[in-house]
Amino acid sequence: MNSPQLAILPERRGLLGRLADSLWRHPRLLLLLMLAPPVLWLGVIYLGSLVALLVQSFFSIDEFSGLINYEFTLKTYRELLIPANLDIIVRTVSMAAAVTLAAVIVAFPIAFYAARYARGKWKAAFYIGIMLPLWSSYLVKIYAWKLVLAREGILNWLFAKLHLTWLLDAYLSLPLIGGNSLSVSYTGTFLVFLYVWLPFMILPLQASLERVPGNLLEASADLGGSPGQTFRHVILPLALPGVIAGSIFTFSLTLGDYIIPQIIGSSRLFIGQAVYSHQGTAGNIPLAAAFAVVPIVIMGFYLWMAKRAGAFDAL
Amino acid sequence: MRSDQRAPLTLKIAAGAGLLFLHLPILLIFVYAFTTEERSYQWPPPGFTTKWLAVTWNRPDIWDALGLSVRVASISTLIALLLGTLCAAAVSRSRFFGREAISLMVILPIALPGIVTGIALRSAFNLSDIPFSTWTIILGHATFCVVVVYNNAVARFRRSSASLIEASMDLGADGFQTLRYVIMPNIATALLAGGMLAFALSFDEVIVTTFTAGQQQTLPIWMLEELVRPRQRPVTNVVAMVVVLVTFLPILGAFYLTRDTDQIAGSGK
Repeated sequence: MNSPQLAILPERRGLLGRLADSLWRHPRLLLLLMLAPPVLWLGVIYLGSLVALLVQSFFSIDEFSGLINYEFTLKTYRELLIPANLDIIVRTVSMAAAVTLAAVIVAFPIAFYAARYARGKWKAAFYIGIMLPLWSSYLVKIYAWKLVLAREGILNWLFAKLHLTWLLDAYLSLPLIGGNSLSVSYTGTFLVFLYVWLPFMILPLQASLERVPGNLLEASADLGGSPGQTFRHVILPLALPGVIAGSIFTFSLTLGDYIIPQIIGSSRLFIGQAVYSHQGTAGNIPLAAAFAVVPIVIMGFYLWMAKRAGAFDAL
Repeated sequence: MRSDQRAPLTLKIAAGAGLLFLHLPILLIFVYAFTTEERSYQWPPPGFTTKWLAVTWNRPDIWDALGLSVRVASISTLIALLLGTLCAAAVSRSRFFGREAISLMVILPIALPGIVTGIALRSAFNLSDIPFSTWTIILGHATFCVVVVYNNAVARFRRSSASLIEASMDLGADGFQTLRYVIMPNIATALLAGGMLAFALSFDEVIVTTFTAGQQQTLPIWMLEELVRPRQRPVTNVVAMVVVLVTFLPILGAFYLTRDTDQIAGSGK
């Protein structure tokens, strides 16, 4: 206890004082005390649950009794790879890719304007204008689209007013993207996904565009580059980390969602719905767990690629 | 970058159209809350009335759901504030083995799809025979709220200089006094902003909650049932409007608390 500090100040009195002193003398102890609660919480509850999930996916369900057979087996993964389930996976991944691509296209002008031209009050207005939709209730946003896409709703009314109902009907009669009405077609599901995840693309894109030096664009123009060439050869490569960072969100969120396709869309399942129905009514938790491993694997691969492209500096 | 440059017209139109796309559907909610039409989503509304506000006010099931949501969000926010701040302080004040792993672990609950978090928690509850209750909901919510507080606190710790703490110690303050008079005033607004965002996140959460709630209904779960099987459209319209208004307040609050700093709260949900 006779460390040199004591020569300068007298030892503090009281329990708290002594505690403060010993924490000061042992910074490692303080660090341990600070880290223990969050690490225990996340490590035990969250990582523990993830491990439990992974373990369950190696169990199987007994077809006759419907009970879970707690023995290691790859049977559930064989079941996951039957064509009907592969269909679900392909459908979900294609939807996630389409939503991500569309989100980049719609988000780019907003992010570019906000990063480059908006100043002062306008900048704040843009920021709030992106933040409010980002944070408003997820279900309310879906509900709003249910109102928009309803047969008696505003979109059909608008098409009728413009005498364009024939155009909408022609679109809906297309295979794959069409359907009986917008609210039960892939187009409807796609629109809602795009709407709900769009802000997640705008924000990282804006952050990366703000870091593109303005004089590079001027130099490109001075050297005779047309706006299109400047965009292709200067802006896009420099903004790519932001695009990738945003795409992590739009891709991952679309992969794991089960509420949007359930409310607006056809009856064909997405991964999230498959997980939900297998664990719920069917009680086949091993298969649900195996299905949930699919987005984990896809996102793990995606994150690894993104890290190699340097996208994490733009987060 | 020159600020006197004018934006090309096409860019203005594209950006404006994008913002309209983001805002018009939400504005529609406000119109529908006052419609006289009960059975369909008819547009334009045949008439306007404030009757449904009163009807919604007198519904005990909505008050119960709201009460549960507020209770869950408050407790989860408190837990997240404690864990997130501790973790941020530890990660930003010292270098140690596994530091990167810890920041990854904090981010993981929102980086992975919500359904993974949900099914993982549910299967863990099943394996360990924990019955569903308010506390299982809170357990899930607190886990993904930590990251919001953590992000805000880390950004603030990075900006505030360590020499302030050393100065306080040199002047004879003990660790607790330094915490009370130097550190807390420095990070208070960041914590308040993080707490508000965590509250908004928990108040709105539905995907994880469906897996951890059992028979209890939070407000989002009540809304989800109405979305799947619409039974009382006018009441749902009013609830939707109120939810939008209630979530706007913490977001605007968090924005004003942190707008002069380098990292504005809420940019990562």
